[in-house]
Amino acid sequence: MMPQMTPSLVHFLIVGALLFACGILCVITRRNAVGVLMGVELILNSANINFLAFAHFSSQSLQGGIDGHVFALFCIVLAALECAVALAIVMAIYRNFNKTIDMEELTTLRE
Amino acid sequence: MANGSYYNSFYLIFIPLLPLLGAMINGFFGAVIQTKLDKFYIHFVAIATVVTSFVLSLAGFIKLAADDSVLAIYTNAWTFLSIGSLKVDVAFILDPLSAVMCLVITFVGSLIHIYSTGYMKDDEGYWRFFAYLNLFMFSMLVLVLADNFLVMFIGWEGVGLCSYLLIGFWYKDVNNAKAGVKAFIVNRIGDVGFVIGIFILFWTLASISSGSGAVYTPGSAIHAPNSYASLVFADIEKTLQDVSIRQVFVAKTLFNIPAVTLICIALFIGAMGKSAQIPLYVWLPDAMAGPTPVSALIHAATMVTAGVYMVARLHFLFALSPFAMTWVALFGAVTALFAATIGFFQYDIKKVLAYSTISQLGFMFIGVGVGAYSAGIFHLVTHAFFKACLFLCAGSVIIGCHHEQDMRKMGGLSLYMPKTNLAYLIACIAISGFPFFSGFFSKDDILYRAFINQNMVYPGMGILIWGIGMAAALCTAYYIFRSYFMTFTGVFRGDPANLPKESPKSITHVLLLLAFFSAIVGFSDMPEIFYMPNLFHHFLEPVFESSRGLLHFSRGSHALEWLLTGLSVMLAFLGAYAAFYLYKDAESRLPTRLLSFESKPVRWVYRLIYNKYYIDELYHITMVKLVMAIRLIFNWIDQHIIDALVNFAGFAGKLVGTVAGTADSKGVDGMVNATANTVFTAGANLIKIQTGRLRHYLGVALAGGVILVIVNYIFFN
Repeated sequence: MMPQMTPSLVHFLIVGALLFACGILCVITRRNAVGVLMGVELILNSANINFLAFAHFSSQSLQGGIDGHVFALFCIVLAALECAVALAIVMAIYRNFNKTIDMEELTTLRE
Repeated sequence: MANGSYYNSFYLIFIPLLPLLGAMINGFFGAVIQTKLDKFYIHFVAIATVVTSFVLSLAGFIKLAADDSVLAIYTNAWTFLSIGSLKVDVAFILDPLSAVMCLVITFVGSLIHIYSTGYMKDDEGYWRFFAYLNLFMFSMLVLVLADNFLVMFIGWEGVGLCSYLLIGFWYKDVNNAKAGVKAFIVNRIGDVGFVIGIFILFWTLASISSGSGAVYTPGSAIHAPNSYASLVFADIEKTLQDVSIRQVFVAKTLFNIPAVTLICIALFIGAMGKSAQIPLYVWLPDAMAGPTPVSALIHAATMVTAGVYMVARLHFLFALSPFAMTWVALFGAVTALFAATIGFFQYDIKKVLAYSTISQLGFMFIGVGVGAYSAGIFHLVTHAFFKACLFLCAGSVIIGCHHEQDMRKMGGLSLYMPKTNLAYLIACIAISGFPFFSGFFSKDDILYRAFINQNMVYPGMGILIWGIGMAAALCTAYYIFRSYFMTFTGVFRGDPANLPKESPKSITHVLLLLAFFSAIVGFSDMPEIFYMPNLFHHFLEPVFESSRGLLHFSRGSHALEWLLTGLSVMLAFLGAYAAFYLYKDAESRLPTRLLSFESKPVRWVYRLIYNKYYIDELYHITMVKLVMAIRLIFNWIDQHIIDALVNFAGFAGKLVGTVAGTADSKGVDGMVNATANTVFTAGANLIKIQTGRLRHYLGVALAGGVILVIVNYIFFN
């Protein structure tokens, strides 16, 4: 019988780190710009998991502190905003760069 | 200066400021106003500002006259500069002396502005003329209202500038431009004296405090706690009233000459330039090249009297130096006679009046020179009226005769220009000193005071000066009536097809008003023998209070005064009669008669006077030639010495340059190029990192982050 396991802080952090790694992998490997944005969302959410984990396990939460939760909420709102802006940029890129959103093609930052 | 009996009023600065405003409006926008709108707006602005200044001056004058407890009206606009213990304010003071000056300047100035609307009405530079006139009013008012030397000097230079601008108003004629330059340069010679005077005064005052016996008493109105050095008139006056300080001050010497004498002489040189005294008078006759209203305002009524005003303002200094006083009075007397004789044979009506102005300024300097300050200032006032009237009449005549200035081509104008004739006649009577006209009171007061004064260094000097003055008065009556008879009586000698005509009302009304004042203004200062109140003298008394104890006049008797007055009246009538006898039929016979004399000396004298004593020529062959000779010497030095040095320096420079150039191109450039090449090669290789692919950047950043974490873990855990 498996011992009774209560998830501790470390477990949450591991999940967060895995999510972060997935996000980074997605950002680096994806050729589609929309895919890259999805990766960014993963990274942000991994940060949210960390916030909530720390908030939950900190001594403050026992006294009813909700700082971490508020941070996470802000983060979600920001992610939504960032997403809106980023998609608009993707649209602009699509129009101006020969109808493509392939990250391999978009190398003008070099110049 | 905090003095209980000073009345602080901010409105004082508007007296000079308003004309400046007018000058700015007309100067900046005049050309537009004139073409787009109408000339009316130009002279409206100019006249309105000056008349408002006049009203303000009048208000100040009434305040001073009505309220005995008020010594002066004072305002401190802002601090001009503050260096160590020296503090100079842009401050204005309206004491009785400057109040009188302000009234004369703004009143005569207003009238001449009005006159100019008629005189200049067809001129293209209408706006420019009024802008200059307003600027002049501003400078002149700053000059008389100044509370210290520095502000006065600003006004002093300002009027010089405006004089230059207005003499050369019709600058397209090269002679006018030259006359302007001449006036400016001669004035500048005087200004050097003025500035040197200020310097020596400041130095002397400053050196008193630094341990020469005088004890500083706290509480006296001096800015700096340990120095008497000041540029404020009232402070210097107050300092010198302390007997112990005054003794030290008078004992001070510079180059073995009493410093106070040096100061006064230097300041008087400044006055000579501005007020056209011998030997610096030569610019004034040439200044007649300007428009006639300018001659009347600047070169007769106001600016040229600045020197007299300055001497009167600094009475507390001049009274300390009998030597300087003697020379001021003597120069005045000699100038008065000298210039009056030149007036004998001039044919240009404006030139006659110019020499007359020089001569009358001489009388004023006699007044302030012998210590009769209020008499000198009184003559300044009366002269402003009758000479402005004479000049404006001359302007009216010149227009009436279609821009003719030669009196030989005039004559009989009383028929065609009755109003001008009347005004000119009254002004002539006033200037020659016929009884009960203004010149009579002022000139006699000066001559009487010269006769009884005991302030001269040489005994009998007073009587000598009186004698010269009397002779000058005789000459005055002669030349001025000569000009009257030549111009207004007899028959018209000009072109009969082009008869003269009377000037417009804006001109004649001003003439008659000025003539009226020329006649009556004398009653404000009646001599004692008429048992009438001496209003003018009484009004100015507080200003000259501090120097009164230093000046001495013998106790003249009424009998003496009657005698001298009678004598001068006789001379006036004699001069006028001589002119009448010789010129009544308006044929200038005297020169022809003189020339027909066989005896050489007579002809020689005539030639001498006719050519104005050859002073201009004398200056030409001495000063101008000297400067030209010096120029040649400098030219030679420049060519042979300076140029040689310059050439050598050039050669040496070239040599050094060659050596340095070689070192530079081979050594320094080599190093620089090597560095550049290295950087270039490195850059060319490093460019390959820059792919532009987002994943590369992100990957590298991530790798960096991971490395940092690992390093941190290994070394700092």
